[in-house]
Amino acid sequence: MDSAVRARWHGRLSLGLLLAPAILWLGALVILPHVELGVLSFRERVSPHNYVASLAQYKTFFTDPLYWNVFVRTALMSVAATVLTLLLAFPIAWTIAKLSTGRAGSLLFILCLIPFWVSETVRTLGWMILLRESGVLPALLVKLGITAAPVELLYHDATILVGLIYTSLLFMVIPLISSLESLDNALIEAAYDLGAGGFAILRTIVIPHAAPGITAGCIVVFMLTLGNYLTPTLLGGKNSQWFTEQIYTQFITRFNWEQGAAFGFLLLGLSTAMVVIGLKITGQRFGDVMRRT
Amino acid sequence: MDAVSKRFADHLAVDALSFSVDRGSFFSILGPSGCGKTTLLRMIAGFIAPDSGEIAIGGKSMRDIAPNRRPVNMVFQQLALFPMMSVGENVAFGLGQRGMARAERIRLSHVMLERVGLHGAANKRVDELSGGQRQRVAIARSLVLEPTLLLLDEPLGALDLKLREHMKIELKQLQAAFGTTFVYITHDQSEALVLSDRVGVMSHGRFEQLGTPQDLYYRPQTPFVAGFVGANNRIVGRATRKDGAMVEITTADGWMIRARSHGAIAVGDAVEGFVRPEVASLGRLAAELPGGQPRHAGQVQSLLFDGANSAVLLQESRTRRAFRIALPQTGQFSDLKPQEPVLFSFDPERAVCFPARDQNG
Repeated sequence: MDSAVRARWHGRLSLGLLLAPAILWLGALVILPHVELGVLSFRERVSPHNYVASLAQYKTFFTDPLYWNVFVRTALMSVAATVLTLLLAFPIAWTIAKLSTGRAGSLLFILCLIPFWVSETVRTLGWMILLRESGVLPALLVKLGITAAPVELLYHDATILVGLIYTSLLFMVIPLISSLESLDNALIEAAYDLGAGGFAILRTIVIPHAAPGITAGCIVVFMLTLGNYLTPTLLGGKNSQWFTEQIYTQFITRFNWEQGAAFGFLLLGLSTAMVVIGLKITGQRFGDVMRRT
Repeated sequence: MDAVSKRFADHLAVDALSFSVDRGSFFSILGPSGCGKTTLLRMIAGFIAPDSGEIAIGGKSMRDIAPNRRPVNMVFQQLALFPMMSVGENVAFGLGQRGMARAERIRLSHVMLERVGLHGAANKRVDELSGGQRQRVAIARSLVLEPTLLLLDEPLGALDLKLREHMKIELKQLQAAFGTTFVYITHDQSEALVLSDRVGVMSHGRFEQLGTPQDLYYRPQTPFVAGFVGANNRIVGRATRKDGAMVEITTADGWMIRARSHGAIAVGDAVEGFVRPEVASLGRLAAELPGGQPRHAGQVQSLLFDGANSAVLLQESRTRRAFRIALPQTGQFSDLKPQEPVLFSFDPERAVCFPARDQNG
């Protein structure tokens, strides 16, 4: 074997070795289970150990208003959570990227990061301690004379939204910071000099520049929110009606894997559709957006 | 445009400065980097508020008026064209902010682009343009708003030499065509001299001298201006003799020249003399030099050929001090060789001598 051939062979081997973990991860943990789930979702149990191919699982979803309602509700709540997260994260990212210099900026960023050292379960339990009827906030409201008796602040839609926003904030702040940092301050000054006011600068200069970052943050937050199980369950209790709970129920409580698999695919379809619609509306390309994150 | 005076604390970037610019004229602020000229410009634009003093434009005080409400527009150093917009949208941006209707906005921006020689470029992207074209878009974007005053922050700095020479002429023509008052800041003395009606030479937050380019070149008022504007031979020494306006300067190593004094100089004072390269004459023989001028002997150190700006660098024979002389256009000395002994002289009336500055800067 001459040296050129050997070098090429070495190159291929090292590339293969480098990619191996990613390929294994994708294959074993993402593609294989989804193929299995896909097969599961398209069959129906007619008698023990006897299955036939059918669309019955999907039919159940569209005919039973409960599932359909929960599905739409989950989607709308996720959209609301994403929009609210964006509105909250934008001033934070602006402060870190544009207003604070040097140490102050990194300190603020670390403050955003610190909550993520604690597991999501513990953080959500923290909210429960604050918000439950016998918790800190209702007691404070009584003490201040705002309410006569402690009120239950858990198990409302607003509570779920608060929890979801809290969980996703960092994933919105990071892409926003990186896209705002790359915005040349001279552009803002030039627009100001040419007569634009604060809102006009935001609309014509800042948002068009940060659009890929905004879209990237929204996609990540929307997917995380839609697929979240813990936060809606703990903070919303029985009223949460989150679609992931329906999937959990089918798999674990009802032991109806076929139905659960169909629901899983519907959720995947929903998140894909929403992302595509979002990209279409904002005129972004997926590749550009992902390069920004 | 009225008197402008202001003070900027911190490290006193701009120190109680006053000046006025005539309407429709081209005014340059010339100074080395860090002299406070950018701070001054940003105060006029309104991005920085002066600590004290008053800025007035067109007779109206600009105190507490935000940049977007001033009749002033700025061409930024890096131009700051909006990459998310087309060329036409860039030019129409300011008009849109004034609430002008879309059709009128587009019409005016097209007219403007035509005036700066960019006909048909309205739909191009900013990054499709060359450096010089971008420059013109940046100027068009500001001029379309018909500002009382256009500020230019070293806009030619990013261009290569050839284009810079070309844009210099273009800027001058644009200013003449529009009749807008231009305030231009630069560290390049040639830009300031070529372009301006009047120039303020700035150093350490103050104006060293304010005048026409000719004033600055032929009648510098301070050693800083003499050294900064144009090429000059600087000779540091002590005044050893004085008769009338003329001073005899003797350097520490004993070279003696004569120059016209500027400012109060007494015998024994430390002084700085300046002799322009084109003031001195060169000759191989004493007969070639103009009569009646003190003669000096030297040796060619190197030839600095630059077409019409060619010069020769000499060493004074005894002290080995460097002295630069412009070569005549006749090509008379094109055969000079390094190490060749020569004679040179200059009219002491056209050399100037200042009391030495405190620091040796």
